[in-house]
Amino acid sequence: MGETELSQKYRICSECGYHCPLGSYERIELIADAGTFVEYDVQLESMNPLAFPQYPDKISRDKNLTGLKDAILTGEGLIGGCPAVVGITDHRFLMGSMGSVLGEKIVRCIERAIDKRLPVVIFSSSGGGARMQEGMLSLMQMAKTSAACMKLRKSGLLYINVLSFRSFAGVMASFAGLGDIIIAEPGTLIGFTGERGRSSINQVLPEGFQTAEFMVERGMVDMVVHRKDMKAVLSDVLDFFS
Amino acid sequence: MGKNGLEFEKPILEFESRIAELKELASSLETDLSAEIKALERRFLKEKKAIYSRLTPWHKVLMQREAPRPRSSDYIDSLMHNKVELFGDRIFGDDPALIGGLAEFRGYEVVFLGQEKGRDTKERLARNFGLMHPEGYRKALRLMKLAEKFSKPVITFVDTQGAHPGVDAEERGQALAIGENLAQMSALEVPIICVVIGEGGSGGALGIGVADKILMLENAIYSVCLPEVCSEILWRAKMTPPAAAEALKLTATELLELGIVDEAIAEPLGGAHKDPRLTIYRVGRALKRNLDILTSISIDELVEQRYQKYRNIGMTGDNGC
Repeated sequence: MGETELSQKYRICSECGYHCPLGSYERIELIADAGTFVEYDVQLESMNPLAFPQYPDKISRDKNLTGLKDAILTGEGLIGGCPAVVGITDHRFLMGSMGSVLGEKIVRCIERAIDKRLPVVIFSSSGGGARMQEGMLSLMQMAKTSAACMKLRKSGLLYINVLSFRSFAGVMASFAGLGDIIIAEPGTLIGFTGERGRSSINQVLPEGFQTAEFMVERGMVDMVVHRKDMKAVLSDVLDFFS
Repeated sequence: MGKNGLEFEKPILEFESRIAELKELASSLETDLSAEIKALERRFLKEKKAIYSRLTPWHKVLMQREAPRPRSSDYIDSLMHNKVELFGDRIFGDDPALIGGLAEFRGYEVVFLGQEKGRDTKERLARNFGLMHPEGYRKALRLMKLAEKFSKPVITFVDTQGAHPGVDAEERGQALAIGENLAQMSALEVPIICVVIGEGGSGGALGIGVADKILMLENAIYSVCLPEVCSEILWRAKMTPPAAAEALKLTATELLELGIVDEAIAEPLGGAHKDPRLTIYRVGRALKRNLDILTSISIDELVEQRYQKYRNIGMTGDNGC
Protein backbone atom coordinates (compact mmCIF):
# COMPACT_ATOMS: atom_id res chain seq x y z
CA MET A 1 0.00 0.00 0.00
CA GLY A 2 1.87 3.07 -1.22
CA GLU A 3 1.69 6.56 0.24
CA THR A 4 0.09 7.73 -2.99
CA GLU A 5 -2.88 5.45 -2.48
CA LEU A 6 -3.58 6.83 0.93
CA SER A 7 -5.91 9.67 1.23
CA GLN A 8 -3.31 12.30 2.04
CA LYS A 9 -5.34 14.28 4.44
CA TYR A 10 -6.86 11.51 6.55
CA ARG A 11 -4.24 8.84 6.12
CA ILE A 12 -6.80 6.29 5.00
CA CYS A 13 -6.23 3.79 2.22
CA SER A 14 -8.40 4.89 -0.70
CA GLU A 15 -8.90 1.26 -1.76
CA CYS A 16 -9.47 -0.74 1.42
CA GLY A 17 -10.42 2.02 3.84
CA TYR A 18 -7.67 1.05 6.29
CA HIS A 19 -7.15 3.78 8.86
CA CYS A 20 -3.41 4.23 9.32
CA PRO A 21 -2.45 5.01 12.88
CA LEU A 22 -1.96 8.73 13.45
CA GLY A 23 0.60 10.52 15.54
CA SER A 24 -0.72 12.97 18.14
CA TYR A 25 0.21 16.08 16.18
CA GLU A 26 -1.32 14.69 12.98
CA ARG A 27 -4.50 14.02 14.92
CA ILE A 28 -4.75 17.50 16.35
CA GLU A 29 -4.41 18.90 12.82
CA LEU A 30 -7.47 16.92 11.79
CA ILE A 31 -9.56 17.67 14.85
CA ALA A 32 -8.86 21.17 16.17
CA ASP A 33 -9.91 24.30 14.33
CA ALA A 34 -6.83 25.82 12.73
CA GLY A 35 -4.74 27.90 15.08
CA THR A 36 -6.88 27.27 18.17
CA PHE A 37 -4.99 24.48 19.93
CA VAL A 38 -2.89 25.42 22.93
CA GLU A 39 -0.74 22.65 24.36
CA TYR A 40 -0.60 21.90 28.11
CA ASP A 41 2.34 20.68 30.14
CA VAL A 42 4.81 20.57 27.28
CA GLN A 43 7.67 20.28 29.72
CA LEU A 44 6.66 17.03 31.47
CA GLU A 45 8.96 14.15 30.70
CA SER A 46 9.62 10.62 31.87
CA MET A 47 12.26 9.77 34.41
CA ASN A 48 13.50 6.28 35.08
CA PRO A 49 12.19 5.86 38.64
CA LEU A 50 12.95 2.13 38.88
CA ALA A 51 16.30 2.38 37.07
CA PHE A 52 14.80 -0.05 34.58
CA PRO A 53 17.29 -1.44 32.06
CA GLN A 54 17.30 0.28 28.65
CA TYR A 55 14.29 2.46 29.47
CA PRO A 56 16.10 5.80 28.92
CA ASP A 57 17.28 4.57 25.50
CA LYS A 58 13.73 3.76 24.46
CA ILE A 59 12.47 7.09 25.72
CA SER A 60 15.04 9.06 23.76
CA ARG A 61 14.50 6.92 20.66
CA ASP A 62 10.75 7.64 20.72
CA LYS A 63 11.22 11.30 21.59
CA ASN A 64 13.22 11.68 18.41
CA LEU A 65 10.69 9.69 16.44
CA THR A 66 7.60 11.57 17.59
CA GLY A 67 8.71 15.02 18.71
CA LEU A 68 6.78 14.32 21.92
CA LYS A 69 8.26 14.06 25.40
CA ASP A 70 6.04 11.10 26.21
CA ALA A 71 3.16 9.11 24.73
CA ILE A 72 0.56 11.87 25.00
CA LEU A 73 -0.28 15.35 23.85
CA THR A 74 -2.78 17.42 25.86
CA GLY A 75 -4.22 20.88 25.50
CA GLU A 76 -7.32 22.82 24.63
CA GLY A 77 -8.82 24.18 21.49
CA LEU A 78 -11.93 24.45 19.38
CA ILE A 79 -13.52 21.51 17.62
CA GLY A 80 -15.92 22.82 15.00
CA GLY A 81 -16.27 25.94 17.10
CA CYS A 82 -16.85 24.08 20.38
CA PRO A 83 -14.22 24.55 23.09
CA ALA A 84 -12.84 21.34 24.56
CA VAL A 85 -9.89 19.94 26.45
CA VAL A 86 -8.19 17.32 24.31
CA GLY A 87 -5.75 14.50 25.03
CA ILE A 88 -4.21 12.26 22.36
CA THR A 89 -2.05 9.25 23.09
CA ASP A 90 0.56 8.26 20.53
CA HIS A 91 1.09 4.62 19.56
CA ARG A 92 4.63 5.30 18.36
CA PHE A 93 5.89 6.24 21.81
CA LEU A 94 6.45 2.94 23.66
CA MET A 95 3.21 1.64 22.15
CA GLY A 96 1.29 4.51 23.71
CA SER A 97 1.79 2.91 27.11
CA MET A 98 0.94 4.76 30.31
CA GLY A 99 3.70 5.67 32.73
CA SER A 100 3.84 8.51 35.25
CA VAL A 101 3.90 11.28 32.64
CA LEU A 102 0.92 10.04 30.65
CA GLY A 103 -1.09 9.58 33.85
CA GLU A 104 -0.10 12.99 35.19
CA LYS A 105 -0.96 14.76 31.93
CA ILE A 106 -4.37 13.08 31.77
CA VAL A 107 -5.14 14.12 35.33
CA ARG A 108 -3.90 17.69 34.84
CA CYS A 109 -5.93 18.17 31.68
CA ILE A 110 -9.05 16.81 33.38
CA GLU A 111 -8.52 19.03 36.41
CA ARG A 112 -8.14 22.04 34.10
CA ALA A 113 -11.33 21.05 32.30
CA ILE A 114 -13.16 20.96 35.63
CA ASP A 115 -11.80 24.39 36.57
CA LYS A 116 -12.75 25.87 33.23
CA ARG A 117 -16.03 23.96 32.92
CA LEU A 118 -15.00 22.43 29.59
CA PRO A 119 -15.81 19.04 28.08
CA VAL A 120 -12.97 16.55 27.56
CA VAL A 121 -12.19 14.49 24.47
CA ILE A 122 -9.47 11.88 24.80
CA PHE A 123 -8.14 9.90 21.86
CA SER A 124 -6.46 6.64 22.68
CA SER A 125 -4.23 4.63 20.40
CA SER A 126 -2.47 2.84 23.21
CA GLY A 127 -1.82 -0.81 22.56
CA GLY A 128 0.61 -0.94 25.44
CA GLY A 129 -1.43 -0.46 28.60
CA ALA A 130 0.39 0.33 31.82
CA ARG A 131 4.08 0.84 30.99
CA MET A 132 6.06 -1.98 32.54
CA GLN A 133 9.29 0.00 32.74
CA GLU A 134 7.77 2.09 35.55
CA GLY A 135 6.34 -0.96 37.30
CA MET A 136 3.68 -0.31 39.90
CA LEU A 137 3.94 3.45 39.42
CA SER A 138 2.39 2.78 36.01
CA LEU A 139 -0.28 0.44 37.31
CA MET A 140 -1.36 3.07 39.82
CA GLN A 141 -1.78 5.61 37.01
CA MET A 142 -4.85 3.54 36.14
CA ALA A 143 -6.36 4.35 39.53
CA LYS A 144 -5.13 7.94 39.36
CA THR A 145 -6.60 8.70 35.92
CA SER A 146 -9.85 6.84 36.74
CA ALA A 147 -10.21 8.92 39.89
CA ALA A 148 -9.89 12.08 37.80
CA CYS A 149 -12.47 10.75 35.33
CA MET A 150 -14.82 10.17 38.26
CA LYS A 151 -14.30 13.76 39.39
CA LEU A 152 -15.11 14.90 35.89
CA ARG A 153 -18.24 12.76 35.87
CA LYS A 154 -19.36 14.22 39.18
CA SER A 155 -18.75 17.72 37.85
CA GLY A 156 -21.41 17.11 35.23
CA LEU A 157 -19.06 17.68 32.33
CA LEU A 158 -19.06 15.72 29.10
CA TYR A 159 -16.33 13.15 28.54
CA ILE A 160 -15.81 11.54 25.15
CA ASN A 161 -13.39 8.73 24.34
CA VAL A 162 -12.21 8.13 20.81
CA LEU A 163 -10.40 4.84 20.24
CA SER A 164 -8.20 4.39 17.22
CA PHE A 165 -5.70 1.79 16.00
CA ARG A 166 -5.40 -0.06 19.30
CA SER A 167 -6.63 0.46 22.82
CA PHE A 168 -5.84 -2.19 25.37
CA ALA A 169 -5.09 -3.21 28.92
CA GLY A 170 -4.32 -0.56 31.51
CA VAL A 171 -5.32 2.31 29.25
CA MET A 172 -8.59 0.76 28.11
CA ALA A 173 -9.33 -0.34 31.68
CA SER A 174 -9.01 3.22 32.94
CA PHE A 175 -9.40 6.65 31.32
CA ALA A 176 -9.96 5.36 27.76
CA GLY A 177 -13.12 3.49 28.70
CA LEU A 178 -14.77 5.82 31.21
CA GLY A 179 -16.32 8.31 28.82
CA ASP A 180 -20.01 9.19 28.56
CA ILE A 181 -19.64 8.35 24.91
CA ILE A 182 -17.14 5.93 23.42
CA ILE A 183 -16.42 6.28 19.70
CA ALA A 184 -14.07 4.07 17.71
CA GLU A 185 -12.52 4.36 14.28
CA PRO A 186 -13.13 1.45 11.87
CA GLY A 187 -10.91 -1.55 12.49
CA THR A 188 -9.61 -0.37 15.86
CA LEU A 189 -8.70 -3.25 18.15
CA ILE A 190 -10.18 -2.84 21.61
CA GLY A 191 -9.95 -4.95 24.73
CA PHE A 192 -8.21 -5.79 27.95
CA THR A 193 -5.99 -8.71 27.01
CA GLY A 194 -4.13 -8.42 23.73
CA GLU A 195 -2.67 -11.15 21.58
CA ARG A 196 0.34 -11.68 23.76
CA GLY A 197 -1.57 -12.26 26.96
CA ARG A 198 -3.95 -14.63 25.26
CA SER A 199 -1.33 -17.06 23.98
CA SER A 200 -1.71 -19.24 27.04
CA ILE A 201 -5.45 -19.63 26.60
CA ASN A 202 -5.38 -21.11 23.11
CA GLN A 203 -9.01 -20.40 22.25
CA VAL A 204 -10.50 -20.19 18.79
CA LEU A 205 -11.29 -16.54 18.19
CA PRO A 206 -14.61 -15.46 16.74
CA GLU A 207 -14.45 -13.54 13.49
CA GLY A 208 -13.59 -9.89 13.89
CA PHE A 209 -12.69 -10.44 17.54
CA GLN A 210 -11.92 -7.22 19.43
CA THR A 211 -12.49 -4.99 16.40
CA ALA A 212 -14.46 -1.78 16.86
CA GLU A 213 -17.32 -3.28 14.87
CA PHE A 214 -17.35 -6.39 17.09
CA MET A 215 -17.32 -4.28 20.23
CA VAL A 216 -20.24 -2.16 19.02
CA GLU A 217 -22.20 -5.37 18.48
CA ARG A 218 -21.36 -6.47 22.02
CA GLY A 219 -22.58 -3.16 23.38
CA MET A 220 -19.21 -1.95 24.61
CA VAL A 221 -18.74 0.99 22.24
CA ASP A 222 -21.34 3.55 21.10
CA MET A 223 -20.42 3.85 17.46
CA VAL A 224 -17.86 3.41 14.75
CA VAL A 225 -17.04 6.67 13.04
CA HIS A 226 -14.95 7.04 9.91
CA ARG A 227 -11.99 9.35 10.32
CA LYS A 228 -13.23 11.83 7.74
CA ASP A 229 -16.49 12.24 9.70
CA MET A 230 -14.88 12.34 13.14
CA LYS A 231 -14.62 16.10 13.55
CA ALA A 232 -18.22 16.64 12.48
CA VAL A 233 -19.52 13.95 14.84
CA LEU A 234 -17.47 15.30 17.74
CA SER A 235 -18.61 18.85 17.23
CA ASP A 236 -22.25 17.67 16.96
CA VAL A 237 -22.00 15.82 20.24
CA LEU A 238 -20.11 18.66 21.94
CA ASP A 239 -22.67 21.10 20.65
CA PHE A 240 -25.58 18.97 21.90
CA PHE A 241 -24.25 18.93 25.45
CA SER A 242 -22.97 22.52 25.56
CA MET B 1 6.87 -27.14 44.62
CA GLY B 2 8.21 -30.53 45.52
CA LYS B 3 6.54 -32.27 48.41
CA ASN B 4 9.15 -30.90 50.75
CA GLY B 5 9.46 -27.28 49.87
CA LEU B 6 10.60 -24.81 47.29
CA GLU B 7 13.85 -25.09 45.38
CA PHE B 8 15.60 -22.42 47.45
CA GLU B 9 14.63 -24.25 50.63
CA LYS B 10 16.82 -27.24 49.76
CA PRO B 11 19.67 -26.32 52.11
CA ILE B 12 17.13 -25.98 54.91
CA LEU B 13 15.71 -29.41 54.21
CA GLU B 14 19.18 -30.92 54.11
CA PHE B 15 20.01 -29.35 57.42
CA GLU B 16 16.75 -30.63 58.89
CA SER B 17 17.45 -34.18 57.81
CA ARG B 18 20.97 -34.00 59.26
CA ILE B 19 19.52 -33.07 62.63
CA ALA B 20 16.97 -35.86 62.36
CA GLU B 21 19.74 -38.34 61.54
CA LEU B 22 21.79 -37.21 64.49
CA LYS B 23 18.80 -37.62 66.79
CA GLU B 24 18.20 -41.10 65.45
CA LEU B 25 21.84 -41.98 65.89
CA ALA B 26 21.75 -40.73 69.48
CA SER B 27 18.78 -42.89 70.35
CA SER B 28 20.09 -45.99 68.58
CA LEU B 29 23.50 -45.70 70.27
CA GLU B 30 21.87 -44.69 73.53
CA THR B 31 24.43 -41.90 73.75
CA ASP B 32 23.80 -38.41 74.96
CA LEU B 33 24.35 -36.16 71.96
CA SER B 34 22.02 -33.42 73.20
CA ALA B 35 24.78 -30.80 73.34
CA GLU B 36 25.76 -31.52 69.74
CA ILE B 37 22.15 -31.54 68.65
CA LYS B 38 21.45 -28.24 70.37
CA ALA B 39 24.48 -26.63 68.76
CA LEU B 40 23.40 -27.90 65.39
CA GLU B 41 19.86 -26.63 65.92
CA ARG B 42 21.17 -23.21 66.84
CA ARG B 43 23.23 -23.10 63.68
CA PHE B 44 20.26 -24.35 61.75
CA LEU B 45 18.00 -21.53 62.95
CA LYS B 46 20.67 -18.99 62.08
CA GLU B 47 21.08 -20.52 58.65
CA LYS B 48 17.33 -20.64 58.12
CA LYS B 49 16.93 -16.98 59.04
CA ALA B 50 19.77 -16.10 56.71
CA ILE B 51 18.23 -18.00 53.83
CA TYR B 52 14.77 -16.52 54.28
CA SER B 53 16.13 -13.01 54.64
CA ARG B 54 17.95 -13.41 51.34
CA LEU B 55 14.89 -14.35 49.28
CA THR B 56 15.04 -12.75 45.86
CA PRO B 57 11.96 -11.21 44.23
CA TRP B 58 11.75 -14.29 42.03
CA HIS B 59 11.79 -16.57 45.09
CA LYS B 60 8.83 -14.61 46.36
CA VAL B 61 7.04 -15.03 43.05
CA LEU B 62 7.57 -18.78 43.27
CA MET B 63 6.42 -18.84 46.88
CA GLN B 64 3.09 -17.27 45.85
CA ARG B 65 2.53 -19.86 43.21
CA GLU B 66 3.87 -22.99 44.80
CA ALA B 67 3.59 -22.78 48.56
CA PRO B 68 0.30 -23.67 50.27
CA ARG B 69 -0.23 -20.12 51.54
CA PRO B 70 -3.44 -19.09 53.26
CA ARG B 71 -6.03 -17.98 50.72
CA SER B 72 -8.66 -15.25 50.90
CA SER B 73 -11.22 -17.71 52.25
CA ASP B 74 -8.86 -18.59 55.14
CA TYR B 75 -8.67 -14.95 56.18
CA ILE B 76 -12.37 -14.43 55.70
CA ASP B 77 -13.34 -17.62 57.56
CA SER B 78 -11.06 -16.87 60.50
CA LEU B 79 -11.52 -13.13 60.82
CA MET B 80 -15.13 -12.57 59.83
CA HIS B 81 -18.09 -13.62 61.93
CA ASN B 82 -21.79 -14.04 61.19
CA LYS B 83 -20.87 -14.15 57.57
CA VAL B 84 -23.47 -13.87 54.82
CA GLU B 85 -21.99 -14.60 51.42
CA LEU B 86 -23.67 -12.87 48.48
CA PHE B 87 -23.56 -13.92 44.87
CA GLY B 88 -23.92 -12.53 41.39
CA ASP B 89 -23.65 -9.28 39.50
CA ARG B 90 -27.38 -9.00 38.62
CA ILE B 91 -26.41 -8.78 34.96
CA PHE B 92 -24.79 -11.95 33.79
CA GLY B 93 -23.87 -14.36 36.56
CA ASP B 94 -21.80 -15.13 39.61
CA ASP B 95 -18.02 -15.26 39.56
CA PRO B 96 -16.60 -17.92 41.90
CA ALA B 97 -13.14 -16.34 41.56
CA LEU B 98 -14.41 -13.57 43.83
CA ILE B 99 -15.92 -14.19 47.26
CA GLY B 100 -17.99 -11.39 48.69
CA GLY B 101 -20.47 -10.71 51.42
CA LEU B 102 -21.37 -9.17 54.74
CA ALA B 103 -19.79 -9.93 58.09
CA GLU B 104 -18.81 -8.72 61.50
CA PHE B 105 -15.18 -7.97 62.07
CA ARG B 106 -13.99 -6.93 65.55
CA GLY B 107 -16.97 -4.74 66.30
CA TYR B 108 -17.42 -3.46 62.76
CA GLU B 109 -20.01 -4.52 60.23
CA VAL B 110 -18.13 -4.76 56.96
CA VAL B 111 -18.47 -5.83 53.36
CA PHE B 112 -15.66 -8.20 52.42
CA LEU B 113 -14.34 -9.12 48.98
CA GLY B 114 -11.61 -11.62 48.21
CA GLN B 115 -10.04 -13.14 45.13
CA GLU B 116 -9.92 -16.87 45.75
CA LYS B 117 -7.42 -19.08 43.95
CA GLY B 118 -8.61 -22.31 45.55
CA ARG B 119 -6.54 -25.05 47.17
CA ASP B 120 -6.89 -28.39 45.41
CA THR B 121 -7.23 -28.95 41.69
CA LYS B 122 -10.98 -29.29 41.83
CA GLU B 123 -11.49 -26.04 43.70
CA ARG B 124 -8.91 -24.25 41.59
CA LEU B 125 -10.81 -25.15 38.46
CA ALA B 126 -14.13 -24.18 40.01
CA ARG B 127 -12.68 -20.83 41.03
CA ASN B 128 -10.84 -20.33 37.75
CA PHE B 129 -7.56 -20.00 39.69
CA GLY B 130 -8.72 -16.66 41.06
CA LEU B 131 -8.85 -15.08 37.60
CA MET B 132 -11.93 -12.87 37.57
CA HIS B 133 -14.38 -12.30 34.73
CA PRO B 134 -16.24 -9.02 34.16
CA GLU B 135 -19.16 -10.34 36.20
CA GLY B 136 -16.76 -10.67 39.13
CA TYR B 137 -15.75 -7.01 38.93
CA ARG B 138 -19.40 -6.03 38.58
CA LYS B 139 -20.35 -8.23 41.52
CA ALA B 140 -17.61 -6.53 43.54
CA LEU B 141 -18.95 -3.13 42.54
CA ARG B 142 -22.51 -4.10 43.43
CA LEU B 143 -21.39 -5.10 46.92
CA MET B 144 -19.30 -1.98 47.35
CA LYS B 145 -22.26 0.21 46.40
CA LEU B 146 -24.30 -1.73 48.94
CA ALA B 147 -21.61 -1.00 51.53
CA GLU B 148 -21.77 2.66 50.60
CA LYS B 149 -25.55 2.79 50.88
CA PHE B 150 -25.40 1.51 54.45
CA SER B 151 -22.09 3.15 55.44
CA LYS B 152 -20.18 -0.09 55.99
CA PRO B 153 -16.40 -0.20 55.48
CA VAL B 154 -15.06 -2.42 52.72
CA ILE B 155 -12.20 -4.89 53.18
CA THR B 156 -10.69 -6.52 50.10
CA PHE B 157 -8.19 -9.38 49.82
CA VAL B 158 -6.11 -9.39 46.65
CA ASP B 159 -4.71 -12.68 45.37
CA THR B 160 -4.74 -13.15 41.61
CA GLN B 161 -2.36 -13.47 38.69
CA GLY B 162 -4.59 -11.12 36.76
CA ALA B 163 -7.97 -10.75 35.13
CA HIS B 164 -9.22 -13.70 33.09
CA PRO B 165 -7.74 -13.33 29.58
CA GLY B 166 -10.33 -15.36 27.63
CA VAL B 167 -12.61 -14.52 24.72
CA ASP B 168 -15.75 -14.55 26.90
CA ALA B 169 -14.26 -11.98 29.28
CA GLU B 170 -13.38 -9.71 26.38
CA GLU B 171 -16.85 -10.03 24.87
CA ARG B 172 -18.42 -8.98 28.14
CA GLY B 173 -16.20 -5.92 28.53
CA GLN B 174 -13.37 -6.90 30.87
CA ALA B 175 -11.55 -3.59 30.42
CA LEU B 176 -14.66 -1.49 30.97
CA ALA B 177 -15.65 -3.48 34.06
CA ILE B 178 -12.25 -2.98 35.67
CA GLY B 179 -12.09 0.70 34.73
CA GLU B 180 -15.51 1.36 36.20
CA ASN B 181 -14.41 -0.21 39.49
CA LEU B 182 -11.34 2.00 39.65
CA ALA B 183 -13.44 5.09 39.09
CA GLN B 184 -16.14 4.10 41.57
CA MET B 185 -13.72 2.96 44.25
CA SER B 186 -11.84 6.25 44.03
CA ALA B 187 -14.96 8.06 45.20
CA LEU B 188 -16.75 5.43 47.30
CA GLU B 189 -18.09 7.11 50.41
CA VAL B 190 -16.93 4.50 52.93
CA PRO B 191 -13.46 3.46 54.10
CA ILE B 192 -11.74 0.83 51.94
CA ILE B 193 -8.80 -1.29 53.06
CA CYS B 194 -7.04 -3.64 50.68
CA VAL B 195 -4.72 -6.45 51.79
CA VAL B 196 -2.43 -8.02 49.20
CA ILE B 197 -2.06 -11.52 50.63
CA GLY B 198 -0.37 -13.35 47.76
CA GLU B 199 -0.15 -12.35 44.17
CA GLY B 200 -1.21 -8.92 43.02
CA GLY B 201 -1.39 -9.30 39.28
CA SER B 202 -1.81 -6.05 37.35
CA GLY B 203 -5.19 -4.52 36.48
CA GLY B 204 -6.96 -7.69 37.52
CA ALA B 205 -5.79 -7.13 41.09
CA LEU B 206 -6.30 -3.38 41.02
CA GLY B 207 -9.95 -3.91 40.02
CA ILE B 208 -10.68 -4.53 43.71
CA GLY B 209 -7.57 -2.78 45.00
CA VAL B 210 -8.21 0.97 45.08
CA ALA B 211 -8.24 1.79 48.79
CA ASP B 212 -7.53 4.26 51.56
CA LYS B 213 -4.90 1.90 52.91
CA ILE B 214 -3.07 -0.84 51.07
CA LEU B 215 -1.52 -3.46 53.33
CA MET B 216 0.76 -6.12 51.95
CA LEU B 217 2.17 -9.32 53.37
CA GLU B 218 5.96 -9.40 53.58
CA ASN B 219 6.42 -12.04 50.88
CA ALA B 220 3.48 -11.09 48.70
CA ILE B 221 4.11 -9.56 45.30
CA TYR B 222 2.28 -6.85 43.40
CA SER B 223 3.26 -6.17 39.83
CA VAL B 224 2.28 -4.23 36.73
CA CYS B 225 2.67 -7.46 34.75
CA LEU B 226 3.82 -11.04 35.21
CA PRO B 227 7.62 -11.24 35.25
CA GLU B 228 7.37 -13.87 32.50
CA VAL B 229 5.40 -11.50 30.28
CA CYS B 230 7.90 -8.73 30.93
CA SER B 231 10.79 -11.00 30.09
CA GLU B 232 9.07 -12.24 26.93
CA ILE B 233 8.45 -8.72 25.70
CA LEU B 234 12.01 -7.67 26.53
CA TRP B 235 13.62 -10.89 25.36
CA ARG B 236 16.11 -8.97 23.28
CA ALA B 237 17.31 -7.35 26.47
CA LYS B 238 18.00 -10.93 27.60
CA MET B 239 15.87 -10.38 30.62
CA THR B 240 15.05 -13.67 32.30
CA PRO B 241 11.93 -13.93 34.49
CA PRO B 242 14.04 -13.67 37.69
CA ALA B 243 15.74 -10.55 36.29
CA ALA B 244 12.36 -9.12 35.32
CA ALA B 245 11.02 -9.82 38.82
CA GLU B 246 13.93 -7.81 40.14
CA ALA B 247 13.54 -4.92 37.69
CA LEU B 248 9.77 -4.58 38.18
CA LYS B 249 10.11 -3.81 41.92
CA LEU B 250 7.25 -6.01 43.00
CA THR B 251 8.08 -6.82 46.62
CA ALA B 252 6.45 -5.32 49.69
CA THR B 253 9.66 -3.60 50.81
CA GLU B 254 10.19 -1.97 47.43
CA LEU B 255 6.56 -0.91 47.09
CA LEU B 256 6.63 0.59 50.56
CA GLU B 257 9.64 2.65 49.48
CA LEU B 258 7.87 3.74 46.30
CA GLY B 259 4.86 4.85 48.33
CA ILE B 260 2.49 2.43 46.60
CA VAL B 261 1.82 0.35 49.71
CA ASP B 262 1.05 1.83 53.11
CA GLU B 263 2.08 -1.00 55.38
CA ALA B 264 3.92 -4.31 55.15
CA ILE B 265 2.80 -7.12 57.44
CA ALA B 266 5.56 -9.43 58.70
CA GLU B 267 5.19 -13.13 57.92
CA PRO B 268 6.34 -16.03 60.08
CA LEU B 269 9.84 -17.32 59.29
CA GLY B 270 9.68 -19.09 55.94
CA GLY B 271 6.40 -17.55 54.84
CA ALA B 272 2.71 -17.24 55.67
CA HIS B 273 2.09 -20.95 55.11
CA LYS B 274 4.54 -21.96 57.85
CA ASP B 275 2.14 -20.57 60.44
CA PRO B 276 -1.18 -19.54 58.89
CA ARG B 277 -2.76 -18.79 62.28
CA LEU B 278 -0.07 -16.29 63.19
CA THR B 279 -0.26 -14.71 59.74
CA ILE B 280 -4.02 -14.34 59.90
CA TYR B 281 -3.77 -12.94 63.43
CA ARG B 282 -1.35 -10.28 62.26
CA VAL B 283 -3.52 -9.37 59.29
CA GLY B 284 -6.53 -9.08 61.60
CA ARG B 285 -4.63 -6.84 63.96
CA ALA B 286 -3.47 -4.56 61.12
CA LEU B 287 -6.99 -4.39 59.68
CA LYS B 288 -8.50 -3.44 63.03
CA ARG B 289 -5.91 -0.74 63.68
CA ASN B 290 -6.45 0.80 60.24
CA LEU B 291 -10.23 0.58 60.48
CA ASP B 292 -10.11 2.44 63.79
CA ILE B 293 -8.15 5.22 62.13
CA LEU B 294 -10.17 5.42 58.91
CA THR B 295 -13.59 5.36 60.56
CA SER B 296 -12.62 8.36 62.70
CA ILE B 297 -12.13 10.53 59.60
CA SER B 298 -15.12 12.32 58.07
CA ILE B 299 -16.23 10.82 54.76
CA ASP B 300 -15.60 13.98 52.75
CA GLU B 301 -12.09 14.20 54.11
CA LEU B 302 -11.50 10.49 53.56
CA VAL B 303 -12.56 10.60 49.91
CA GLU B 304 -10.45 13.70 49.31
CA GLN B 305 -7.44 12.04 50.98
CA ARG B 306 -7.94 8.99 48.80
CA TYR B 307 -8.03 11.16 45.69
CA GLN B 308 -4.85 12.94 46.73
CA LYS B 309 -3.13 9.66 47.62
CA TYR B 310 -3.49 8.43 44.04
CA ARG B 311 -3.08 11.91 42.57
CA ASN B 312 0.42 12.02 44.00
CA ILE B 313 1.65 8.66 42.71
CA GLY B 314 4.13 8.92 39.89
CA MET B 315 7.48 10.43 39.14
CA THR B 316 7.86 12.97 36.37
CA GLY B 317 10.56 15.35 35.29
CA ASP B 318 9.16 18.84 35.21
CA ASN B 319 11.45 21.36 33.56
CA GLY B 320 9.84 24.71 33.90
CA CYS B 321 6.38 25.51 35.28
